[in-house]
Amino acid sequence: MSAIDDELQALLERIPYAQFLGVRAELAGDEMTAILPFGEHLVGNPTLPAIHGGVLGAFMEMTALAQLSIKEGQARQPRVIDVSIEYLRSGRPLTTYARAEIKKVGRRIANVHVEAWQEQRAAPIAALRGHFLVTPTEKPAK
Amino acid sequence: MNDHLEIMRQVAHGMNQGSPQARALGFETVSLEHATAVMKVPYSDKLVGDPDTGVIAGGVVTTLLDHCCGQAAHAALDTFKYIATLDLRIDYMRAAEPGKDIFAKAHCFKVTKNVAFVRAVAYDADPDDPVAAATAAFMLDSSAGKKPGANFKPPRTPA
Repeated sequence: MSAIDDELQALLERIPYAQFLGVRAELAGDEMTAILPFGEHLVGNPTLPAIHGGVLGAFMEMTALAQLSIKEGQARQPRVIDVSIEYLRSGRPLTTYARAEIKKVGRRIANVHVEAWQEQRAAPIAALRGHFLVTPTEKPAK
Repeated sequence: MNDHLEIMRQVAHGMNQGSPQARALGFETVSLEHATAVMKVPYSDKLVGDPDTGVIAGGVVTTLLDHCCGQAAHAALDTFKYIATLDLRIDYMRAAEPGKDIFAKAHCFKVTKNVAFVRAVAYDADPDDPVAAATAAFMLDSSAGKKPGANFKPPRTPA
């Protein structure tokens, strides 16, 4: 395991909401695959059943944030400005994967695209495009 | 009309209890009027996204806004239909206050034959000082022809 992998695993373990969803991550070089094993608590529509759309949005948001942290380091803790989520297919009761592509990192803003899929990488179930603030946060003078 | 609203309120409550994710997050419908829903997610340590500050994860707000927009869409329809989120755009204005419950207020301002359009804000104290704002579109009759348990089977036509 690389140092960056250790950092990533420590980051996920430290975030209660990541634990609540059950998000894991694997690194191949500097490319991360986020993994969301299916859990009953993730279901939004129990009839089909389908994973809650909000969960898929949250999972892709987290994927973007984690990939940015890997690329930019902990000093530039990214914050979400806006996200646009597209739902393509119903989230079936299966493991979901997501990968983020950083399209641009500027002085202040990063633009990131994420895709989530289940059984087939070529058949994504949802996509996210987002802007993130990557300015180093100043400590409030309180 | 009032009877219809009362039924929709019971449906909304049933959906909060019957949806495992909504129940896990502790979602409550505070009020439901025609085409308008107000919901609440109680603050909880397990939903924190930044352990240094105790601020609730953005993803929780995402799910609350999605769910609340869905309830507003339901409340705008004359009959119950299954709906599915087509797209959801969220602007994050500021971090939520640690320790405070988060509310969402959604209004479905247009329903067409196939699509419901909804706007919403999330806030911790004042709707005029939002934590986040959302615009969503929902497909109506999204489960038409799908039987219960349909998602256990692989899709009929490979992509």
